[in-house]
Amino acid sequence: MKTVRKIFKPEYFIFLLIYLVIVGLNKMGLINAYLFQVITIAGINVIMTISLNLVIGITGQFSMGHAGFMSIGAYISAIVSRLAFQVLERTALTDNLILLAAVVAGGIIAAVFGFIIAMPTLKVKGDYLAIVTLGFGEIIRAVWRVVDYTGGALGFSGIPKLTNFTWVFIILLIAIYASRNFIKSSFGRSCLAVRENDIAAEAMGVNCRNYKVLAFVFAAFMAGVAGGLYAHLIQFIQPDNFSAAKSTDYIVYLYAGGVGTISGSIFGAVVLTILPELLRFLNDWRLVIYALLLLYIIIWKPYGLFGGREFKFLNLETIEATDSKLRKWIRRRLRRKKEEAKS
Amino acid sequence: MGHVFQLLIYGLQLGSLYALLAMGYTLVFGIIRMINLAHADLMMLGAFAAYFLFQWFGGTGSMAILVPLIMIATLLFGAGVGFVIERFAYKPLRGRTTVASLVAAIGVQLFIENLMRCLPGVGALPKNFPTLLPKVNINIGGYQISSVQIIVIAIAALLLLFMQRLCYHTGFGKQMQAVSVDKDASSLMGINVNRVISITFSLGAALAAICGILYGSLYPTIYVYMAGTIGNKAFISAVIGGIGSIKGAMLGGLIIGIMEVFLQSFAASISYGLCFVILILVLLYKPTGLLGGKAAREKV
Repeated sequence: MKTVRKIFKPEYFIFLLIYLVIVGLNKMGLINAYLFQVITIAGINVIMTISLNLVIGITGQFSMGHAGFMSIGAYISAIVSRLAFQVLERTALTDNLILLAAVVAGGIIAAVFGFIIAMPTLKVKGDYLAIVTLGFGEIIRAVWRVVDYTGGALGFSGIPKLTNFTWVFIILLIAIYASRNFIKSSFGRSCLAVRENDIAAEAMGVNCRNYKVLAFVFAAFMAGVAGGLYAHLIQFIQPDNFSAAKSTDYIVYLYAGGVGTISGSIFGAVVLTILPELLRFLNDWRLVIYALLLLYIIIWKPYGLFGGREFKFLNLETIEATDSKLRKWIRRRLRRKKEEAKS
Repeated sequence: MGHVFQLLIYGLQLGSLYALLAMGYTLVFGIIRMINLAHADLMMLGAFAAYFLFQWFGGTGSMAILVPLIMIATLLFGAGVGFVIERFAYKPLRGRTTVASLVAAIGVQLFIENLMRCLPGVGALPKNFPTLLPKVNINIGGYQISSVQIIVIAIAALLLLFMQRLCYHTGFGKQMQAVSVDKDASSLMGINVNRVISITFSLGAALAAICGILYGSLYPTIYVYMAGTIGNKAFISAVIGGIGSIKGAMLGGLIIGIMEVFLQSFAASISYGLCFVILILVLLYKPTGLLGGKAAREKV
């Protein structure tokens, strides 16, 4: 019985159910094509927010240039698929294979840039890091504006539509599981220690520098993948799509849902992507409401709208559980150090 | 050569605007270690305040009386808005992490910009800023200098000198310095820390509001989202000059302004990105900025 429960965890059924309900409603015509597209974009935003959560929520490094990683992923994957379809014909099989290849390539190149941008983070902290990452996003945007191959400032058009809801859903699940396991791993614990107090972490033998770089590279990879999916969904990308305002959007999603928790990231991104579509009648005022919401949350609700809880079925650790486990992990580590010192 | 001189004047005018804005960033950062991302939006508010004041009172009285009055009103308006923002958005967050106040600043920025956009009479479309300052072209040895440029640079220089004196040669300046070094100790010495922080904030905001008028006079298109890039460049100026240092803000502003004008004359599309490249280089090799000295104060 135990093994059966291990293989068929309830979360699998819930994920399957969510997927089937959304696709089923779409097939039945209850969700029109436009809303379906919005839901797909919400999925991409969730991937982005989970990725940002790894940097801000878990490692405590403020990044304001996350759209920069996304744009790298988007452009690189669009270039890959363009080159690939010059050689190959479009069939169902090549479509999916090339999407996978393009998205992974985008993610890898974004990860390389994540490594490069992580270098200055070794020297600057807090507010300065925020400005450096903001600057990174702007520099990337300036570069895309002058690259002729991708259409410069006018934008990159004619990207084939390869992304569908299924792909977004699969990659979203991978992102959730990867970041859940990351938090539970020794790497994740070290990152949490860096977030809590980097000097203390350093004193305990956590190499802060390596873990900051690791978090940035991991998050950049995810953001690059999300960018690739985005490019092949919207079919047209422009440098200005990935401006500082876009990065700010993800910060708002993250803080609205609850920084530091995966469920909060999912909740914030989904609600704040779909909510504006339902609030169309408010026109521009919805942005004012957004801003007030953000201020309200940051001043009175530091754990976000989701209150630091986690979806039960996801089997995630709550903030308190993570804290107590982190403390245990630190104690174990200290003991090991003491023993090493003795012997 | 003449071309270079002309560009230098443009650089000087842009640089003095950046210096005024950078002063606000420096004041706020110096005193509560916070990057006020919404600072440049106060400049936008100042520009719009002057725009509406001129629309309402434009016909009455002579320009020589009206314009200084508008300037003073805008200045007070900016100081008031700065005070309110500090009181309701940033004060509750004092003692929390820097990231929290940074997010609050993003919230304030979004709020101001989008509220302005929604207000009737403002909207998203650019507006033509009225000509408040007399515009006479002066010819010096073949170079064209307009009187607006001279007035703007003179006002900016006066305000900067005033701030320099205020910060280093008055009792209030001493209090500001004390608070910036250690809040608890200053409060034990009988300084009203909250009051000093509020006044500093209002001062920065008033400078930004005046900067809005000057900006509008030089580049007479104002719109709701004009703060973004200008604010970032002004912040870069503050960091390059050495954040927390008033002379540094002036120097940084002039450097960025002049550099931008020269870059724009041959590589317009990358000049904004290049500002950030310079910023990153400065942060990596001299994090305290050009005039920041060796002060190894903790920068977290």
